[in-house]
Amino acid sequence: MTDKAIQGEKRVFMTGNEALAWAALAAGADIMYGYPITPQNEVMHYWTRMAPKYGKKFLQTEDELSAGFTTIGGILAGKRAFSATAGPGTTLFQEPISMAEMMRIPLVMAIMQRGGPSTATVIYSQQEVNMVTYGGNGEGWRVVYSTATHQELYDYMIKSFNTAWTYRFPTFVLADGYQAKMREPFVMYDPEERGIKMVETKPFVGLPGVPGVDRPAAHLRNTYSVEEELYEALMPIQQEYEAMIDQVVEWEEENVDDAEVIILSHGVVSRAAKAAKNRLREKGYKVGYFRPITLRPFPEKQLQRVAAKCSNFLLIESAIGQFARLVKEALFNVPVSRLETIYKPGVGFTAEELVEKIEGAC
Amino acid sequence: MVNKLAMPKSWNADTKPHKFCPGCGHGIVLKILGEIIDEVGIQNRLVFGVDIGCSLLAWDFFNVDTVQTHHGRTTPVMVGIKRANPDLLCIAYMGDGGGYAIGSQHLVNSAFRNEKIMAIVVNNCNYGMTGGQMAPTTLPGQKTETSPYGRDPETMGSPTLGPEMVAAIAPAGAYVARGSIGNVRQLKRFLKKAVENQIAGNGFSFVEVMSSCPTNWRTNAKQTWDYVEKEMSKYFKTGELRTPDEKREA
Ligand SMILES: Cc1ncc(C[n+]2csc(CCOP(=O)(O)OP(=O)(O)O)c2C)c(N)n1
Ligand code: SF4
Ligand SMILES: [Mg+2]
Repeated sequence: MTDKAIQGEKRVFMTGNEALAWAALAAGADIMYGYPITPQNEVMHYWTRMAPKYGKKFLQTEDELSAGFTTIGGILAGKRAFSATAGPGTTLFQEPISMAEMMRIPLVMAIMQRGGPSTATVIYSQQEVNMVTYGGNGEGWRVVYSTATHQELYDYMIKSFNTAWTYRFPTFVLADGYQAKMREPFVMYDPEERGIKMVETKPFVGLPGVPGVDRPAAHLRNTYSVEEELYEALMPIQQEYEAMIDQVVEWEEENVDDAEVIILSHGVVSRAAKAAKNRLREKGYKVGYFRPITLRPFPEKQLQRVAAKCSNFLLIESAIGQFARLVKEALFNVPVSRLETIYKPGVGFTAEELVEKIEGAC
Repeated sequence: MVNKLAMPKSWNADTKPHKFCPGCGHGIVLKILGEIIDEVGIQNRLVFGVDIGCSLLAWDFFNVDTVQTHHGRTTPVMVGIKRANPDLLCIAYMGDGGGYAIGSQHLVNSAFRNEKIMAIVVNNCNYGMTGGQMAPTTLPGQKTETSPYGRDPETMGSPTLGPEMVAAIAPAGAYVARGSIGNVRQLKRFLKKAVENQIAGNGFSFVEVMSSCPTNWRTNAKQTWDYVEKEMSKYFKTGELRTPDEKREA
């Protein structure tokens, strides 16, 4: 019944949503709570098909508020619990996410971005960057992995559980409807067999013994009476967030050393950026590529180091400046010769259009 | 001086005297609940969830694992815990605003799904914590900060009948009752049966408690009791609305 879902390495060809469900299973997730929304639905569809075979659970809730708060409940009970959503669901999720930030609850979620604002499209965008990095009434105490390939969906879904349970900040796989729905090959594996140890989960409530007699009672709260009390509670969280950054931050860079122009992108768009860079290199153009994998914490030092060599940037995103805002913040105080942007809210990029654009400008 | 002997064993003596206003019904409900926790012997496996509202003041009230959540969201947090670890007993403790307004979808759907948790709604006819605004349970004609000329059912609706609603929708195995701080023996019986219903794993357990908020009602002791016993009782009837042995059509 509870045999390992994945043994050995297995090359597969499947959708991103399916990859996420398998990754959660491989990571030893115990329970998923969720509410239907396109393009995330199949994460639940696959999970509900596989879960009973491996002694796992699922609850379909009445809305995303409930999905978020029940997931928090599952985590408080010590389970590797997770959820997934998109678009307006991500909006509703901000409330439970902010509680998780405040109470250091290792919430794990996959966000499959769709068009926005409002209901928009069920297909694709990169318009949930603001919300996933800095949403809610808080300080953005989150870890956000922006994935580009199905291999990364699988890898970072597994990693998210470990990041969340190590540092106790809500952790996200930020992908999109294209990644959710398209099929591509990747390798599934059992993390332990690759030497990835799953971080043990611990219950916040319901430990053995009588509270107040054998052990202190867990008194968990997110409300404080006065300003100073809140300040005292928040500053250590900020310090822990900052102390984590160097261990957690991830990025990808190629051909930046001699570059005359560097394409900045994240997520699935970075596939077009990388392909364009490669084609342009073949033609002799000195094009570089830089892509943050973690949007929170942002690879700020790394981008600054690159900017010191070449700061002629072309930034592309399927939103109107949500990614650009993070980049601009990271580059504040360092000289930048040029930051050109192409914003295509809700629309994807092709390598061809980027090649044409850059070639035309050179 | 606090007389520790008079306190239920499960109370956290370090946080007494408690933080509720004098004459507040919350204290009475929590006293009874403490006695039940002791009598039934569930201190070691209870998770107490408190809402935002004056219930949050109970976040460290008991020597019981306690989670203070968001306004209206205590029910789903308790559902999430229970689903993940059915050995635990979970009580969601909230106000009428949390239960019947902002969190009503959670109450309704948890009842529909017959979640094996217990929910307590403390009905004080207003939003106590935020300074006395109109609540779903505010009585017709009752003046609050947001119904300064009295609640007009024509434009502002009529008092929500929570237990009646839950009783109408919960499947077999549910326990539903309304008690009052005006009748603590009956209230204790209801709360205890609800706790036992969860232990038995029969279904959703729900108790509304008619309670007082003298601070926002601006009432003295006598007026407070009169309001609970004479005014509130016109709309809200105490009694058991559902017991787990009752058959229901699937
Ligand atoms: C999302 C959200 N909206 C509004 C509030 C403000 N708020 C705090 S308590 C409360 C009402 C509490 O009333 P009730 O639930 O009846 O509890 P009581 O204080 O009367 O016991 C409100 C509206 C909040 N904390 N969160
Ligand atoms: S405001 Fe009302 S409900 Fe809140 S503690 Fe005071 S009396 Fe009780
Ligand atoms: Mg109230």
